[in-house]
Amino acid sequence: MTDILQFIFTNPFTSAVAKGGLVLNVILIVAAFLVYAERKVSAWMQFRVGPNRVGPLGLLQSFADVLKLYTKEDIVPDNADRFFHRLAPLIAIAIALAILCVLTPASYITIGDVKYYISIAPNVNVGVLIILALTSVAVYGITLAGWSSNNKYSLMGGLRSSAQMISYELSMGLSLVGVLMLAGSLDMNKIVASQANGVWNIVTQPLGFIIFLVSSFAETNRAPFDLPEAEPELVGGYHTEYSGMKFGLFYLAEYANMFTASAVITTLFLGGYHAPGLSTVFSLLGLNVVEGDLLMVLIQVGTFAAKVGFMLFFFIWVRWTLPRFRYDQLMNLGWKVLLPLSLVNIILTGGVMLALQQLSIL
Amino acid sequence: MPSLQVLLFILLGIGAIATSVATITRRNPVASAMNLVAHFFMLFGLYLTLQAQFVAIVQILVYAGAIMVLVIFVIMLLNLGKEQSLDEKFSPYKVLGMIMASAFVVMMMSMILGKPSGYTQLSDKALANGTTESIGNVLFTQYLFPFEIISLLLLAALIGAVVLANRTAVK
Amino acid sequence: MGMDFLTSAPIVLISFLSVLCIVVDALTPKSERITFYFAGFSMLAAMLMAAFTMPNTGTAFNGMITTGGVATFFDILFCMGGLLTLFAARPYILRENVEHDEFYTLILYAVAGMMVIAHAHNLLITFIGIEIMSVSFYVLAGYFRSNTKSVESALKYFLLGAFATGFLVFGMSFLYGSTGTLDYTVMANNIQSGMINFPMLLSVGTGLLIVGLSFKMAAFPFHQWVPDVYEGAPTVVTGFMSTAGKAASVSALMPIAYAIIGESGHQVAGLLAIIAAGTMLVGNISAVVQQNIKRMLAYSSVAHAGYILMGFVANNEKGMTGIVYYVTAYLFMQLGAFVLVSLIERNIDKQLELRDYAGLSKKHPVIAALMAFFMFSLAGIPPMAGFFGKYYLFIAAIESGYTWLTIVAVISSMISVYFYIGLVVQMYFKDAEGEGIDAHQPGLAGLTLTVATFFVIALGIMPSTVEQIARSFFK
Repeated sequence: MTDILQFIFTNPFTSAVAKGGLVLNVILIVAAFLVYAERKVSAWMQFRVGPNRVGPLGLLQSFADVLKLYTKEDIVPDNADRFFHRLAPLIAIAIALAILCVLTPASYITIGDVKYYISIAPNVNVGVLIILALTSVAVYGITLAGWSSNNKYSLMGGLRSSAQMISYELSMGLSLVGVLMLAGSLDMNKIVASQANGVWNIVTQPLGFIIFLVSSFAETNRAPFDLPEAEPELVGGYHTEYSGMKFGLFYLAEYANMFTASAVITTLFLGGYHAPGLSTVFSLLGLNVVEGDLLMVLIQVGTFAAKVGFMLFFFIWVRWTLPRFRYDQLMNLGWKVLLPLSLVNIILTGGVMLALQQLSIL
Repeated sequence: MPSLQVLLFILLGIGAIATSVATITRRNPVASAMNLVAHFFMLFGLYLTLQAQFVAIVQILVYAGAIMVLVIFVIMLLNLGKEQSLDEKFSPYKVLGMIMASAFVVMMMSMILGKPSGYTQLSDKALANGTTESIGNVLFTQYLFPFEIISLLLLAALIGAVVLANRTAVK
Repeated sequence: MGMDFLTSAPIVLISFLSVLCIVVDALTPKSERITFYFAGFSMLAAMLMAAFTMPNTGTAFNGMITTGGVATFFDILFCMGGLLTLFAARPYILRENVEHDEFYTLILYAVAGMMVIAHAHNLLITFIGIEIMSVSFYVLAGYFRSNTKSVESALKYFLLGAFATGFLVFGMSFLYGSTGTLDYTVMANNIQSGMINFPMLLSVGTGLLIVGLSFKMAAFPFHQWVPDVYEGAPTVVTGFMSTAGKAASVSALMPIAYAIIGESGHQVAGLLAIIAAGTMLVGNISAVVQQNIKRMLAYSSVAHAGYILMGFVANNEKGMTGIVYYVTAYLFMQLGAFVLVSLIERNIDKQLELRDYAGLSKKHPVIAALMAFFMFSLAGIPPMAGFFGKYYLFIAAIESGYTWLTIVAVISSMISVYFYIGLVVQMYFKDAEGEGIDAHQPGLAGLTLTVATFFVIALGIMPSTVEQIARSFFK
């Protein structure tokens, strides 16, 4: 067993396929249950029951939905650009999945004498930048969907979303600078490691956290910033003309994006896979667990999953609580509030760091 | 069998050439622009195989993620979907341009082929120079002045855009 | 690093104040006056700093910029040009009812960009400086947004300018590929000691660089944008572009000429001589047939670029001294002429024809006299400043063996006398059709005219003072 694993993960070709396949399946299943969770949580908030027919407690509802989408007729409008109409949902889902490659749900596992980092692309020198770059490219899926449908509502939705995403990318990127300054690296593993002492970045970077959180909502096109698909104004927004599994892919991409955003927030601001007070618990129990043990990895993955789970709940919670922004309010918030605030955050962080350095506390 | 790096380099190189050719030959402006985006991704891969991680990611972040989005934005708003709107007549300048371009290609090729560098793999220095840290270091020491002064250029462009686009400025 | 801030004080100061200017704009809405004073104060402060740091020659910021010497002289020149433009511009844009903060801010940015060019000791800095200046000019040219000519001028300038920038950057990248450096001193050393790869890359790169700079300087055969752009742009802006802007391009070519052309022998000088001859002839001959005064002055500015290039052909102490002197003299006389045009102009593009100037001396004797004065100086009639500028440049060209170029220059100077004096004849010896034209009250522009006149006279009476200062830079 160990030999096979070692072979798979040392050969660059097979390891890429294996890691990719693993993550792909995990994220798809997570996304499926996320849809279910969203419906259940919303039902709970509105004193309803929610889906409860397919499987125990309705757990299999999403799978039934996917089956339905697969068997539905796939309609492409007459004057649509067929190639881009087909390409758009693929871009959307591909980008959503690609971001996962830099996430670190646990540090590493030691098999034999070799450390295996639990991440598709571990220790990347530009980890955080990859996330920002890929989110910035995600615009294409939505924009092309809107344009290729040859429908004015779709086009409006597509244009709105690209304007929205470009606007919020800036404050999103700048809000991270504070975190990067504290960690002194763009490497996800090092950023997590910098929070190992229990002082999470949410404590040292409260302003950056809020800006990043709000921008994440805008970037994922989730309520209260779901203007690209605002039903009363734009019918269905950029995916008005999509049906069947193509629509399903957009739907999936939205939830995959939500998952990624939660995972990124967890990694950058909520201490990643570190559980506070873990060493105390271990010493009380008399256990000797070091980093690299299988148990440690499981605990780390569990911690990470719990934090991500909370963030996902938070996303859903916000959606069913807050009303939608108006378009000009959205733009004002992005350019006139968040962007200056994120610049202020950088100056504050730099100033405090310098002051602490001068006092030789840091 | 070539190493994965060399294999990727060849594949991405072919892809980069193919997409750039498609960019200038496709009649549909959106298709042309999307080919350019694909081209940037190929370059991204090429830079990665050369261990220039920062440049690679900036290629995506700036060119594919910001500039080309705006280009596509404009194409869509102007509704340039019809190819006849881009039809051009034959002109002697085109021939002249082609001759100049081919002369340029010949010149570059003769230089590249005439004096091969002799390197078969990346030097340690090249590996160290591609990281964000090394670029950041150089940017804030050796190239501090241009780095700071370029903000003036960006500000000038920003003010210019406001002057030209501000609706209330017309009296 | 601390010393660097002191020795490069003018450029650091104006960069800082330029950025601060936007903050001032933002904090004081609807008060263009404050921005006006702030921009003026910034240039004045930078000018004083330049004067103080002139003796501290050297480099700063890891050899990125030069300090002191001719760079600071150009600083003073640019700030002077900016200030004079500012004074002339305020009554002008108030008349046209388009006063906005951004106009003054952009002038300040253009001046900052020019100063960056003058201080550059690295191709990268030269490029950034040229771009700062050009971007400001593109926008200033299209400042009258409701006027189609102004918009056309901005668009033409922008498209062609961006194209020229492409040549410039291409040339720079070739030079880097060949010499392995962007630093002027290192580049000169490498070329001198033969430490270059691909000699062909060096010559092609130099050629592309000269093409790019020729465009910025409006030299033949890249001068075609000049008449349309200069005609459409707001008159005061045209004056600024054609004087300080040209001076900045010249200051960009100066270290490049030293680093590359000086080391790669006579081929480049021969190329420059042909460009110079073509520029002078084409500029002056085209100016003869112009009916619009702005177009006439535009072509004449092309011709003046040709005279300046003669100094680069000589490429020695005398040539450089001549260039510095000529650029100084040219700045004041050309700017003065354009400010006078802006006083006579009405409703953005009316009253610009040469025949409108008929009989001007009867109605507005002072304006006509000043205009005649600047025209004489531009034509190079002694003892005006323009004469000595040409004299220095011609001598330099003859001494370095380019007698044929000097003959061409003298012939084209004679052609230029025809249209410069033609305007004087219009003003003094023709009668106006009907009532004749009304000029505007000069207001603050009077200050510009006074200063410009003073300097043209001073440079004409005491040419050796400036000449000696300029010569000391090239020892």
